[in-house]
Amino acid sequence: MNKIFTKPKSLKPNVMHYCPGCGHSIIHRLVGETIDELEIQERTLGVPPAGCAVLAYNYFDVDMGEAPHGRAIAVATGLKRVLPDRVVFTYQGDGDIAAIGTAEIIHAANRGEKVTAIFVNNGTYGMTGGQMAPTTLAGMNSTTTPGGRDVARDGAPLDLTQMLATAKGSVYLERVTVASPKHIRQAKKAIKKAFQVQLDGLGFSLVEVLSPCPTNWKMAPVPAYEWTLQEMTKIFPLGVIKDITGYDEK
Amino acid sequence: MAKRLMRGSHVLGEAAVRAGCRYYFGYPITPQNEVPEYMSARLLEVGGTFVQAESELASVNMVIGAAMAGARVMTTSSSPGISLMQEGISYLAGLELPAVIANVVRGGPGLGNIAPAQSDYFQATRGGGHGDYRTIVLAPSSCQELCDLTVRAFDLADKYRNPVMILGDGMMGQMMEPVEFPEMQELADLPAKDWIITGAKDRPSRALLSLLLTPKVLEDHNYKLVRKYDAVTRTETDWEEYLLDDARQVVVAYGTAARIAKGAIKRVRSMGLKVGLLRPKTLWPFPSEPLKRLTRVVRQLLVFEMSAGQLVEDVEMAVAGQAQVHFYGRPGGVVPTPEEVAHQISHYYYQAGLMNDDARAQG
Ligand SMILES: Cc1ncc(C[n+]2csc(CCOP(=O)(O)OP(=O)(O)O)c2C)c(N)n1
Ligand code: SF4
Repeated sequence: MNKIFTKPKSLKPNVMHYCPGCGHSIIHRLVGETIDELEIQERTLGVPPAGCAVLAYNYFDVDMGEAPHGRAIAVATGLKRVLPDRVVFTYQGDGDIAAIGTAEIIHAANRGEKVTAIFVNNGTYGMTGGQMAPTTLAGMNSTTTPGGRDVARDGAPLDLTQMLATAKGSVYLERVTVASPKHIRQAKKAIKKAFQVQLDGLGFSLVEVLSPCPTNWKMAPVPAYEWTLQEMTKIFPLGVIKDITGYDEK
Repeated sequence: MAKRLMRGSHVLGEAAVRAGCRYYFGYPITPQNEVPEYMSARLLEVGGTFVQAESELASVNMVIGAAMAGARVMTTSSSPGISLMQEGISYLAGLELPAVIANVVRGGPGLGNIAPAQSDYFQATRGGGHGDYRTIVLAPSSCQELCDLTVRAFDLADKYRNPVMILGDGMMGQMMEPVEFPEMQELADLPAKDWIITGAKDRPSRALLSLLLTPKVLEDHNYKLVRKYDAVTRTETDWEEYLLDDARQVVVAYGTAARIAKGAIKRVRSMGLKVGLLRPKTLWPFPSEPLKRLTRVVRQLLVFEMSAGQLVEDVEMAVAGQAQVHFYGRPGGVVPTPEEVAHQISHYYYQAGLMNDDARAQG
């Protein structure tokens, strides 16, 4: 019998700890497939976040080095500067990258660090129990915005990827989602391209992935996926945000 | 090798480069700006990498990444910047990563001033960051020693896989003295590191972590660190003894304060007072044993520091009531003169009647 679907070899056979329906598991898989297809497992280094994906080193079968909350891209900078011929990626939630780590990400992008950031936007602080994130939608409930996020009090959702587009050193930025099979295929293409940008030494690349957090959104997985597609994409529209790679899109 | 007349900040940079440091990440803060300036040019010459980071938080985390990849790496800053680095230093300790951090201490707390001070002693020797950990802390008191201890800092960091801090001050950074540098160390000669992450080629993948969720596992890790710190204490504790043979009173001071103290001791010696100096060169591990031994013959110690009193706690702990411990300090970046310190020395010396003891010993 022909096996046509299997686990990427860049992922360990461990059972993941993510909640049922969590986008992290899908995104891990897409990154794993990318590493396999580009044949870079032996020279890839990952920097896991503080956040629900804090245990990513249990899943990725590549060298991994832990960073304090928000500082992944600075750690990645240090790694890449010492090992310029390796592939270095960070995996960061919205709290990690767009709140505590905002300064680091903007400046890494501006310096054009040749690293790739996977930015998982689920509109909440998953790990710490569903507090407001910079990306929490207006009116959306969180444990620290009782009655919903009030823009006048809490600020509006922050579009980090759009901000990064103004940084001269960012080369490729795309926003995708894993909320439907079609979108998952698109997300995979974007992630692979972001790694390719790094392999080609062009500069900083980032893929923002809109991802459901059924647990903290207090929704069943299917409605959570629908909500991601219908509501999140209104504030965070999908698509290429910046692409100065010069690659011909085929 | 010929001696070179050089400013302390540049000595620190040059010694680091000669010790094989090829990566420097930092953020400007007075009074240590000459270090990043020197490194930016010098690392270019030797094919190294200098990155001016956006903050001390970023610098120390770039240091973490570079150390994970096996490089000899350094950052430098001054008090407020070091405060920002404390999170990273705790991670360096938890992850057991070797790195060198120099603190050119200025007056605090808060923004304070840019004058030389010793008020970061607690922060340096007690951890500063969270968790049960220790930073090895070296306190040079001349440009030559700054050079030697910088090289030693890199060696100790690698030997123990631990962050090492060089604790200086603005005076040390600015003063110019002749220095003999060691030969350029070849990177190939540095000890092999079999734990770094470089990509899982021809071996299973690795993860460098400090996240150990099971309390018992973290406890074991903490006890492993404790055993390491015990080994550092047994093997690396270092201090200088100056005119201790016949001393009736001993001044305890480090770094710039120790230089001032030496000037003061010369003065009081010329007046016939038998005073010596014990100068810790490692602030952690602290030379408690030699201090304890001293109390068998010396009944009076004077701790002198450029702070409101921090080192004095370690001295009191070491002598455990077996000698009088007096304290003289000036915080806020005030640098006392040798006359001022000499005055304090003789004040306590006479007060304790040590002069009469001297006379009796002669008669
Ligand atoms: C310095 C510091 N502050 C706070 C925390 C607690 N903390 C851990 S993860 C996290 C937020 C994670 O949210 P996000 O990045 O959105 O990732 P998610 O869990 O949603 O995947 C916080 C606040 C920490 N680990 N370190
Ligand atoms: S809390 Fe949310 S982000 Fe975290 S694992 Fe569960 S579903 Fe995923």
